[in-house]
Amino acid sequence: MSQTITIDPVTRLEGHGKITIQLNGQGEVEDAHFHVTQVRGFERFSQGRPFYEMPALMARICGICPVSHLIASAKACEAIMSVRIPHTAAQLRRMLNLAQMVQSHALSFFYLSSPDLLLGMDSDPANRHIFGVVAAKPELGHAGIALRRFGQHIIELLGNKRIHPGWVVPGGVTEPLAPAKRDEILAMLPEAYAGIKLALTAYKQIAETFKPEIDIFANFPSLYMGLINEDESIEFTDGTLRLIDATGNIVEDGITANRFSEVIGEAVEPYSYTKFAYYKPLGYPEGSYRVGPLARLNIAKSMGTPLADAELAEFKKLAVGPVQGSFHYHYARLIDILYGIEKIEHILTDPLILDKHVRAVAGVNRLEGAGQAEAPRGTLHHHYKVDENGLITWANLVIATGQNNNAMNKGVLQAAKEYVKDGKFTEGALNRVEAVIRTFDPCLSCSTHAFGQMPLVLSLVSDQGDVVDQLIR
Amino acid sequence: MSKLKLATVWLDGCSGCHMSFLDMDERLIQLAEFVDVVYSPIVDTKVFPDEVDIALVEGAVASVDDEKKIKKIRAHSKLLVAMGDCAVAGNVPSMRNPIGPEAILDRAYIENADFQQQIPCVVVPKLLKVVRPIHEFVKVDVFLPGCPPSADTFHTTLTALVTGGALDIPALTRFGA
Repeated sequence: MSQTITIDPVTRLEGHGKITIQLNGQGEVEDAHFHVTQVRGFERFSQGRPFYEMPALMARICGICPVSHLIASAKACEAIMSVRIPHTAAQLRRMLNLAQMVQSHALSFFYLSSPDLLLGMDSDPANRHIFGVVAAKPELGHAGIALRRFGQHIIELLGNKRIHPGWVVPGGVTEPLAPAKRDEILAMLPEAYAGIKLALTAYKQIAETFKPEIDIFANFPSLYMGLINEDESIEFTDGTLRLIDATGNIVEDGITANRFSEVIGEAVEPYSYTKFAYYKPLGYPEGSYRVGPLARLNIAKSMGTPLADAELAEFKKLAVGPVQGSFHYHYARLIDILYGIEKIEHILTDPLILDKHVRAVAGVNRLEGAGQAEAPRGTLHHHYKVDENGLITWANLVIATGQNNNAMNKGVLQAAKEYVKDGKFTEGALNRVEAVIRTFDPCLSCSTHAFGQMPLVLSLVSDQGDVVDQLIR
Repeated sequence: MSKLKLATVWLDGCSGCHMSFLDMDERLIQLAEFVDVVYSPIVDTKVFPDEVDIALVEGAVASVDDEKKIKKIRAHSKLLVAMGDCAVAGNVPSMRNPIGPEAILDRAYIENADFQQQIPCVVVPKLLKVVRPIHEFVKVDVFLPGCPPSADTFHTTLTALVTGGALDIPALTRFGA
């Protein structure tokens, strides 16, 4: 008799998904899937809207990384306008994007994953949350809350609102940075540095105890993609995309937003509303690749900031060539945060940062445009077509979670095979299968331009598909 | 006094309301002295508890799963709060209503796909023809508009609900805020 284990919903995840694990008659894991269970349809219902509405509309795809959507969308619009935005606007947007990266990574690491990392994968599920972390490890818990607040407050200072700020528009931003706000951000830096240093120290102390998880949490060779600058340093807002293989060789370089769809394709699987991106020359699924913190650090030769560069050197020692274990996404995420704080400080020293010229104005000069940026969890691509009046006639979005989708599914299978033996498993074992997904920090809201949730049900299903037994947690 | 049981749920929304809820920052930890978060995307409970005092629901009702969930939430919650514009009025998710789910699915999985073009149908829930706000399915006790409602709005509202104090929502937030 075959059996299906269903984890529904996967919790401490940004969005809503289920995991199913298929067992054969001998109780061995045959297959496993990660299902994303909602879809909203931004690619279609944006049709007919004026293009200049797109950033504010597309931001509503996701409340966690609205800034990434604002920026990728504004860049696609600027391609349609054929304008280059003022230097100061570009710098302010870069700072906004980094602030969002810091807050989103703090959410992922502290609110969602630190209960596993600091309290233990097998700890009491009733206390496995941020409140439990604050109670057990107050210093770290409060540092995590403060780091998320740091990022969110910068977004609020720049954009006048923490979530869905209307400040990023096609052509630049709506208002310049006031000196008092710059000073307020500068004053916040010391606490942010202290918080991330505390987190990095704590992570390095505990990482060794997770060796079994590191070995089997989506640990396999793959391609990697991310933005870099011309000097091969990490980039989140500008630059071009590079794709490397599992040994670190460059497969494709200098991918601009215009060329993205020539290189990257999307496949559909019947079990998920999130599509599966792949490198077209290799086809699907061979051309599957990973994006996000791990991919970015595997690709970048430097961070371009001193403290993060020291951490990158340590990170690169984890492997000869690219680091393949997805557990190390956590470490890469913390290094990203350190870089983000340093880079924000650096941007604030730009002599033009308070310049009043922050917006370029133009109408429709091209009927098609694409934009790309690094969202916290990986590369984000927006592509629009308009008519001569600037009304959207077609849109396509390729988001980070779709680009990690194949790796997440393979990772779930890899972990399930390790933790489910003879059809038997513990709560902690299933939590580990969920924790594989958490390393990727997927945003399911983004990935289907949607989401939701439900209970953990273990169903014993006969070969005829009848439910024979059920256990509900 | 025993702590009140608080649940937070995402239906068809962007998570922005949940992020704004977390934007209470340290005030959320202080609030946890008076309430237990018994069910939420940020805790590991897999089944909606039998008795919840306050349920905050983000998002509109867009799929057959959403519809089942909102009915279950209502049945087990003393006070149901429609959290944010999608829950209150449909907002952005309901923008697909004039087009219908088929056109949405065709664009995403047939037209905008390069390989194995098909409409996903295994395990994933069917979409409802029309996206609707939650009050069209169940009774809502408190409407908290905003896209999203601010952290201050959450803090003031939850404090009033926990202490039984006066609550003047129009003074705190509005549609589109």
